[in-house]
Amino acid sequence: MAYSDKVLDHYDNPRNVGSLDKTSSEVGTGIVGAPECGDVMKLQIQVEGDTIVDAKFKTFGCGSAIASSSLATEWIKGKKVDEAMAISNTEIVEELSLPPVKIHCSVLAEDAIKAAVADFKQKQAGQEGA
Amino acid sequence: MNLPIYFDYQATTPVDQRVLDVMLPYFTSAYGNAASRSHAFGWKAEEAVDTSREQIASILNASSKEVVFTSGSTEAINLAMKGVGEMYGAKGKHIITCLSEHKAVLDTAKHMEKAGFEVTYLVPDANGAVTAQQIADAIREDTILVSIMWANNEVGTVNPIREIGAVCRERGVLFFTDGTQAVGKIPVDVEADNIDLLCFSGHKLYGPKGVGALYVRRRKPRVRLVAQMDGGGHERGMRSGTLNVPGIVGLGAACAVAEQDLEKDMAHSIAMRERFEKRIFEALDHVAINGDEHSRLPGCSNLSFAYVEGESLIMGFKDLAVSSGSACTSASLEPSHVLQSMGVGDELAHSSIRFGFGRLTTPEEIDFAAEQVITAVKKLRELSPLYEMVQEGIDLSTIAWTGH
Repeated sequence: MAYSDKVLDHYDNPRNVGSLDKTSSEVGTGIVGAPECGDVMKLQIQVEGDTIVDAKFKTFGCGSAIASSSLATEWIKGKKVDEAMAISNTEIVEELSLPPVKIHCSVLAEDAIKAAVADFKQKQAGQEGA
Repeated sequence: MNLPIYFDYQATTPVDQRVLDVMLPYFTSAYGNAASRSHAFGWKAEEAVDTSREQIASILNASSKEVVFTSGSTEAINLAMKGVGEMYGAKGKHIITCLSEHKAVLDTAKHMEKAGFEVTYLVPDANGAVTAQQIADAIREDTILVSIMWANNEVGTVNPIREIGAVCRERGVLFFTDGTQAVGKIPVDVEADNIDLLCFSGHKLYGPKGVGALYVRRRKPRVRLVAQMDGGGHERGMRSGTLNVPGIVGLGAACAVAEQDLEKDMAHSIAMRERFEKRIFEALDHVAINGDEHSRLPGCSNLSFAYVEGESLIMGFKDLAVSSGSACTSASLEPSHVLQSMGVGDELAHSSIRFGFGRLTTPEEIDFAAEQVITAVKKLRELSPLYEMVQEGIDLSTIAWTGH
């Protein structure tokens, strides 16, 4: 299978690899996928006010999964939380020229953003309640 | 060292120069039809086919009259299984095979199920092997055929063929073995190993693609087959169609070279595999060998690199031609049925790579490959949330994953 140049670039030079402190109240962590399906993405956001000031990822999966999550962190950094929630998988498919068989990778990246935001919001709600 | 480097010898092999040299005249000057009895062109072609038959018989310890030429193993498998089924179907409708067989066997068995046969699919052990006891336990009154591969194409596990053959012989059941990965790679002897039918392909043993053979035992017992193609009645009525003379010449020459060099080839492949695995295991943790470490094809090393996914690994060593048990590299999006049948979890199946070594593999290539693999695995583990969790002491089986 031939990969697009953008997928190869993200694979060779993944952006924002790493981990944030998952116990911090400013950090939201999303883990989606399953090892037996061949892909797991962990995407984390650090939020100040309503702006995502930092994002990190780690991905177990094919090149397209790595590229999708790498691209996702790049896109959400600096965005408002609500703007990040508006990112759809089709934009990732388009940007990376993913073939139909790899569309699930982009869906997983979208899910990872949403899961990270949901985790962050849950933490915030928990704090307000306390 | 030329890049990319070929490490996929279980998929196919290059044609040996010694084989090609023998084949070439049969394309352009000695191009007769082996069935033409009225002129020298035909005689020369027939003579070449006869020589090939002798060479094949020699490597199998068979008689040349027991060799039927086909287009390759898939056709030979279809001919053996369906041919036996149709010939002996009145005697019984039960067939025994194994879940780790090649798709050519499994799909043929499925086809026969639709035609009224009953098939027992044995589950191999964790190393991918079937035991003679399993066969003995599965044979019934109405069993007419046992089909068990000699060596597995994905993990290289070599089955106890001689013992399985002995059980079949004792119980009066025909024994067919898919020898595609075995012939020319390890010793094969249809007499000592109690085999009634055996197939193999030219391109797996440094011969050409598009040609293979089926060994059909002629005495004790005499095996009869119903032909699967109608036509001129070539190959003693078992396989019609004009003989592929250059291919057949190549197949015979490949067998002659393989028989002569068998010990040397085996020693070389084992040395290459050991050199490779030593380097990998010295540098990386969480690597597992798939298959039977002690009863394995010399040139096959199927490894699972836990916590990294196979397709992304292959991207990491672009200069190495290998294949993966990962779903992502296959058209079906299913992980390897062989690894699944052995009880290797889907998670590790996604992390498996098959490295194949052969006649042309050099130590320099092995060192280069090991280095590339080690670098890629380390890089991808840095990227892997699973590896991170394991480092933190989290048991991955306790996590509620969101499968899709």
